[in-house]
Amino acid sequence: MAIHLTKESKILVQGMTGGEGMKHTRRMLAAGTNVVGGVNPRKAGRTVDFDDRQVPVFGSVAEGMDATGADVTVVFVPPAFTKAAVTEAADAGIGLAVVITEGVPVHDSVAFLAHARRRGTRVIGPNCPGLISPGQSNAGIIPADITKPGRIGLVSKSGTLTYQLMYELRDIGFSTCVGIGGDPVVGTTHIDCLAAFQDDPDTDLIVLIGEIGGDAEERAAAYIRDHVTKPVVGYIAGFTAPEGRTMGHAGAIVSGSSGTARAKQQALEAAGVRVGRTPTETARQVLAVLDA
Amino acid sequence: MDLYEHQARELFADHGIVVPRAEVTGSPKQAREIARRLGGRVVVKAQVKTGGRGKAGGVKLAADPAAAELTARQILGMHIKGHIVETVMLAQPVDIESEFYVSYVLDRADGRFLAIASAEGGMEIEEVAATRPEAVARVPVDPAEGVTPAVAARIADAAGLPARTVDVLVRLWDVLVREDALLVEVNPLVSTRDGQIMALDGKVTLDDNARFRQARWGDEADAGHDPLEAAAAAKGLNYVKLDGEVGIIGNGAGLVMSTLDVVAGCGARPANFLDIGGGASAQVMADGLSVVLSDPAVKSVFVNVFGGITACDAVADGIVRALDTVRLTKPLVVRLDGNNAERGRALLDEHAHPLVEQVTTMDGAASRAAHLATTP
Repeated sequence: MAIHLTKESKILVQGMTGGEGMKHTRRMLAAGTNVVGGVNPRKAGRTVDFDDRQVPVFGSVAEGMDATGADVTVVFVPPAFTKAAVTEAADAGIGLAVVITEGVPVHDSVAFLAHARRRGTRVIGPNCPGLISPGQSNAGIIPADITKPGRIGLVSKSGTLTYQLMYELRDIGFSTCVGIGGDPVVGTTHIDCLAAFQDDPDTDLIVLIGEIGGDAEERAAAYIRDHVTKPVVGYIAGFTAPEGRTMGHAGAIVSGSSGTARAKQQALEAAGVRVGRTPTETARQVLAVLDA
Repeated sequence: MDLYEHQARELFADHGIVVPRAEVTGSPKQAREIARRLGGRVVVKAQVKTGGRGKAGGVKLAADPAAAELTARQILGMHIKGHIVETVMLAQPVDIESEFYVSYVLDRADGRFLAIASAEGGMEIEEVAATRPEAVARVPVDPAEGVTPAVAARIADAAGLPARTVDVLVRLWDVLVREDALLVEVNPLVSTRDGQIMALDGKVTLDDNARFRQARWGDEADAGHDPLEAAAAAKGLNYVKLDGEVGIIGNGAGLVMSTLDVVAGCGARPANFLDIGGGASAQVMADGLSVVLSDPAVKSVFVNVFGGITACDAVADGIVRALDTVRLTKPLVVRLDGNNAERGRALLDEHAHPLVEQVTTMDGAASRAAHLATTP
């Protein structure tokens, strides 16, 4: 099974013909991902040759969906055009939009996320590495050769920490790893992924990686306490990070949380989550739970 | 990027919000002239990007131009929560009838902006929010609709603000959207004895991601005044100076933060945060190493890279080439894992620099770097 992405997923790439789009489409294809087309209105009708695969370019997401039955889009367009790209994908009725683009203005994200929600499109990102269900499909930039299929689900804000934990647990394997992105607003949260992993028959244990700022981890802890019966192992980065810039009084009023790594760790532990002190120790905790 | 109070004031005025007459200076002599122009009696306010100025003695009333000069002299150069006061704003005092609090702030959990307003403005708003949450109204704003006069009326009503604040609430939303701000806060928003609604103090945080379409603030660096941070910013590096002895270089913000924690867990203190990002070219590595090594407090350097997209042999090549241009004076501990790690490690082995050593695990390498930094 896995969550949000399986071997049945048919994937479009918005911005496929750009430098990053080309590079990562090639990597996705090499990982066995079913990339069915690219989207670029100026290059519609052409095909792009990726080694042994000819991938057609469509003029719009809607055209690509009509022609191929695509249900996922991966977005690599530059920040100034991301809002238009995601809005178009949501209007076409795609089920999942994975937004890799870094540096999207927050007001744009707020607008396209609200629009996508209304249209019933799930967004992962922006500013995220995407998600991978090893051995099945890879939507984004997570390296496919770190690990193999298995029964751990992973959700994380940070790309490189995701890779580190995948590497530490490479001999166990993963059902799905989701990089939700570190921007102030993202389409899919820790909680969304916890809920999906809880319901996924192919996931036995969940690894949750968080970092300082905001209160997403505290919210996740409350959700775990009330709704998650599968074991969860956590890791939080940022205990020694300098105090970030202040957000006036308003930030503290909104979340009621200090956003520190300590507060997040305590919230998770109070919900019964084992929290590792280092990525390596976190991996050892996972092994201990699986062996128990 | 956080704006100074005087910059926020300027933005508010541009969007038609009434603000007190004020001028900014870094010179006590000019402060005296400004006070004279403003009518003699002025409030002298330290311009620093942090809260708690009042409590720290950074906001004072001066009765006349001579007192304004004296007060400016006292406040300039003051340290407030690690910020040095370089300029003061002198403002005409206002005859206040009542004080309110209003802000628009991003609600991360909800993915929308939230209007926060209270009829009990002033310095203690956080305490009000904590002890009597009912006195603080929170109204989510639909991004497609924005704050229309009708929405503003709802916000004012929920907070118990006078109907005369509706116009300011609409204009503040304009500031938020047009300027690509993540936070716009007015505390206090006051009603004066002569019936005006006036923004007495403001805080604005702009979205760095929107700089490409916001020409107004140019490339004004938001970096602190630390010379190492300034040097790093000039090279486009994501570097933050800390108070320790182990220099840190890594790729990806999460992994670098984690590296700081692991080093701290080994009993040493990280000297800095430096994220060289995904590319990690030889040039970036050379720039990063030169900044980290120029910190006199650094006793050892830990390069921690997990090659996801980044290829470790490219990183190793970067280190080797950096060592041609940067004279290595302190031990360098390198941990490479992931994409092309074996080739990267082999490259460093071939180079065999006497001060460079490799450790294959993150925890082991952190422990080694900490040991080198703390053992005399």
